[in-house]
Amino acid sequence: MRRTLIEGLLNGPLTEAAPAVDDPELAALAQEVERAAAASLGRSLSIRHVDAGSCNGCELEIHALGNAYYDLERFGLRFVASPRHADVLLVTGPVTRNMREALERTCAATPAPKWVVACGACAKDGGVFAGSYAIVGGVGDVVPVDLHVPGCPPRPATLLKALLALLNGHGR
Amino acid sequence: MTTAKPTPDNAWGEAWGEATHRLASCEARLVGLWADGAEARMALSTGRPELEFFHYVAVDGSFPSVGATHAPAIRLERAIADLSGLKARGAPDQRPWLDHGRWPLAHPLGDGAPTDGGEPERYAFLGAEGVGLHQIPVGPVHAGIIEPGHFRFHASGETIVRLEARLGYVHKGVERLMAGADLARGAELAARVSGDSTVAYQIAFARAVEAASGIVAPPRAAWLRALMAEIERVANHLGDIGAICSDASFALMHAHTGVLRELTLRAADHAFGHRLMMDCVTPGGVLVDLDRDRRTALRELTTTIRERFPRLVELYDNTASLQDRTVGAGRLDSELAQRFGCGGVIGRASGRDFDARRDHSYSPYDELRFETPVWREGDVNARVWVRIRELEESLRLIGQILDRLPVGPIHSEREPIGGPGEGWALVEGFRGDVFVHLRLGDDGRIARCHLRDPSWFQWPLLEAAIEGNIVADFPLCNKSFNCSYSGCDL
Repeated sequence: MRRTLIEGLLNGPLTEAAPAVDDPELAALAQEVERAAAASLGRSLSIRHVDAGSCNGCELEIHALGNAYYDLERFGLRFVASPRHADVLLVTGPVTRNMREALERTCAATPAPKWVVACGACAKDGGVFAGSYAIVGGVGDVVPVDLHVPGCPPRPATLLKALLALLNGHGR
Repeated sequence: MTTAKPTPDNAWGEAWGEATHRLASCEARLVGLWADGAEARMALSTGRPELEFFHYVAVDGSFPSVGATHAPAIRLERAIADLSGLKARGAPDQRPWLDHGRWPLAHPLGDGAPTDGGEPERYAFLGAEGVGLHQIPVGPVHAGIIEPGHFRFHASGETIVRLEARLGYVHKGVERLMAGADLARGAELAARVSGDSTVAYQIAFARAVEAASGIVAPPRAAWLRALMAEIERVANHLGDIGAICSDASFALMHAHTGVLRELTLRAADHAFGHRLMMDCVTPGGVLVDLDRDRRTALRELTTTIRERFPRLVELYDNTASLQDRTVGAGRLDSELAQRFGCGGVIGRASGRDFDARRDHSYSPYDELRFETPVWREGDVNARVWVRIRELEESLRLIGQILDRLPVGPIHSEREPIGGPGEGWALVEGFRGDVFVHLRLGDDGRIARCHLRDPSWFQWPLLEAAIEGNIVADFPLCNKSFNCSYSGCDL
């Protein structure tokens, strides 16, 4: 273990530079969020993830945000275990009928001010599962959504951009 | 495949009973149990490459329960009752499984009768009696970044007396969406049954279509499929080994396997255009070819992992505080693993020597050299070691495939259209054997597609393995199983 630790100290970090928020759509959304944010939370956001019916592909990429290359926590962004500690709900999947109530209750348990980020193609409008008897629809059909991150699943870099846009939006 | 025609003396009914009997006496293993219209269907494996198929034409909307004498069938029968409305006569557990009373219709694969939309019934969890027992409800929304499901613990102090899982929260109605879909749409859905096993599902779906329509994917396509499948296995095993250690509070391992996993996903992205390799396989072949540069990049990936991984294995093996958590925790009895036909890492860590790549061999695995590591201890530690050795085998397989990748087309000349027909496939995903059974209609569209995740035969065993462990070890044991929620809920 010692060798691994020493090498970790001596070798440079793997962490990559933060992606620029170059997407005009994201920038516009960030401004909207800024307007909506009554009080600044400082440059720190606590995120609570809710899987409302995903295939688990989005979860894999959200997990990747924590690895050494993306290192989400350097931006003050961190995942928390309870919605009561969260500023942001990161919701994946189409919302299934069996998860609808759980999503509503999780959202209600999150203190204001809060933002809901819909992650992935399914979270927008149900994606490939749209039209199924078991699906309510996208996240926006159940709780108000502030930002949508496209992709199936979104790449970690795209997710990072979106979350940074959110952070900059109300941190300025 | 054998599908017995009903005869006046009801030979299929007798065959069904006979098959059930063989399951109960462990002469055969249950591979699948599903309903197609008014028929219950069953697939059995007896150790030969071919599967045996049985069917039972429902009488008064019911068929004789398999679960009454063979527990692995119980949840599958509950799912059949919810989705198709066919009841298993004499079933020991008749509670709903996927249907939480929130759908606008009942029996979506059957009559689809509208429901009144009233308050869902309260789910009756199995009980446990004793002095000082208490219940702990967990979920469906969990503390980590994981899928939703409900776990009901009965605990005596810290010790778990009974765990019962309630799933179905991420049921998306995949099999109903499949019905009537064209093959492209079917492949798109199959790729999203369980995102972490997207390659395994894509291959299983494609091979079932090919079997049903009598076409064969060209050799290069089969080899590229195997290449993707092994990359998927490497990525997932890296993730799981790290996550198990992380759940034992050893973050260093997680950080290092996380780096290797990221490199693997980036290499997959570079080679096939998608980090998880979704939508890369199609009935009849594959959609992406691999040029020389990309081949070199994949070779570099295996070199990097080969260089760095042994040190991590050493780290795992030599960290006493970590071993203290994993050795002896969540022990799964070998006899139970056999009886449930439990596939994948979980089965192989409990002495069940089964690998669909070898025992139901498909191209190109019949031409490749690989070992199937088996451990007997059945604890969290054994499941880590099986993953470690499998990952090394997968690196070997990737090397062989890159060396010997045949030249030629990546798609069959003939399009896989034209029904009717039936086909099946059993594919070894990172989690275990994925079974797909498909029936094409006269119009060449999907009439019925049943997808059975390996987790169907693993989730119930988690409940057995956790008994007597402390509640605080549940995340560790659960992670070492890493069952799919979405794959079972469909």
